Amino acid sequence: MTVPASIHAPARRAFVLSGLAAGALALTGCGQKEAYHGIDITGAEYARDFSLTDPDGRTRTLADFKGQAVLVFFGFTQCPDVCPTALVRAAEIRNLLGADGARLQVLFVTIDPERDTPVVLKAYTEAFDPSFLGLYGNAEQTVAVAREFKVTYKKVPTGSSYTMDHSTLSYLFDPAGKLRLALRHASSAQECAQDIRRILPTT
Amino acid sequence: MQTTTRTLVLAAAMLAATAASHAQVTVKDAWIRATVPQQQATGAFMQLSAAKDTKLVAASSPLTPVVEVHEMAMKDNVMTMRQIPGVDLPAGKTVELKPGGYHVMLMNLKQQVKEGDTVPLTLTFESKDGKRDTMDVKVPVRALNTAAKPAAGHGEHKH
Repeated sequence: MTVPASIHAPARRAFVLSGLAAGALALTGCGQKEAYHGIDITGAEYARDFSLTDPDGRTRTLADFKGQAVLVFFGFTQCPDVCPTALVRAAEIRNLLGADGARLQVLFVTIDPERDTPVVLKAYTEAFDPSFLGLYGNAEQTVAVAREFKVTYKKVPTGSSYTMDHSTLSYLFDPAGKLRLALRHASSAQECAQDIRRILPTT
Repeated sequence: MQTTTRTLVLAAAMLAATAASHAQVTVKDAWIRATVPQQQATGAFMQLSAAKDTKLVAASSPLTPVVEVHEMAMKDNVMTMRQIPGVDLPAGKTVELKPGGYHVMLMNLKQQVKEGDTVPLTLTFESKDGKRDTMDVKVPVRALNTAAKPAAGHGEHKH
């Protein structure tokens, strides 16, 4: 699926487009470029790609979502707090974007593939928004994708079960598949939607 | 129709809480996050206020033998969840168990926890002199996508 040679052309076009967007902002704003609410990680040499499986058994890479902004969150479905909160926010962001909501693909990557079977993953993500896609890998693939995204996670035994410690940043890619922002868990849906609007090329 | 049922359930939960006055703790706005089939864990949230200094030290439910009191913490954008010995309930102060803080964690679930159901929960409190009291609460189950802080009109939003 990944064709490295073809990635460069759209990336260059996105650069031009984002330049235009910045220009437009400078005109409408107070003359200086506003900072993003999220952490600007444009050009960072990590989170370049992934190769994971969706609940229907298809292999998915970043290139599959070209043309859409992509929001990637790592978590686990047994999580009662941070993960549902992040996915509720993601659904709210999509609503706030209005018609542009369709230009945002939300991906939920499980760091607990042992318990997050495709069946659980599918029902879970769809409970927040039917367009959300859960992704999983085997143990080695999960380690690899977490390393690529600088995501930390750890299995922590509790009682006769276990829970997971994990990173809570959501990674935002622009429609050209270029890494742009890391959104903090504490940011509101409004702040995230504002950031996303800025990385969506105007048509 | 569904809203009416939910209100009644909530009222029942509050009644149950008030009835167990020996513990002198009031439980308000208790809810459990719904699960999808085969999901094995979820959290319960509520507001607790005690007339006298006490501590929530344990919880149990007929739903599963594994119920723990947890605290979530965030450091450098990494979330950790740990079982804690208890949640202090200072007299007259409302302590919230809510996403981003404390929760009652139900694990090793064998069945789905469905929106609209009620889950019996027994809370155990320990006073300063070490005396333990229990309180039975019937906790309504809210949708999986319930926001941490339901904004007016958004809490029960369906997609």
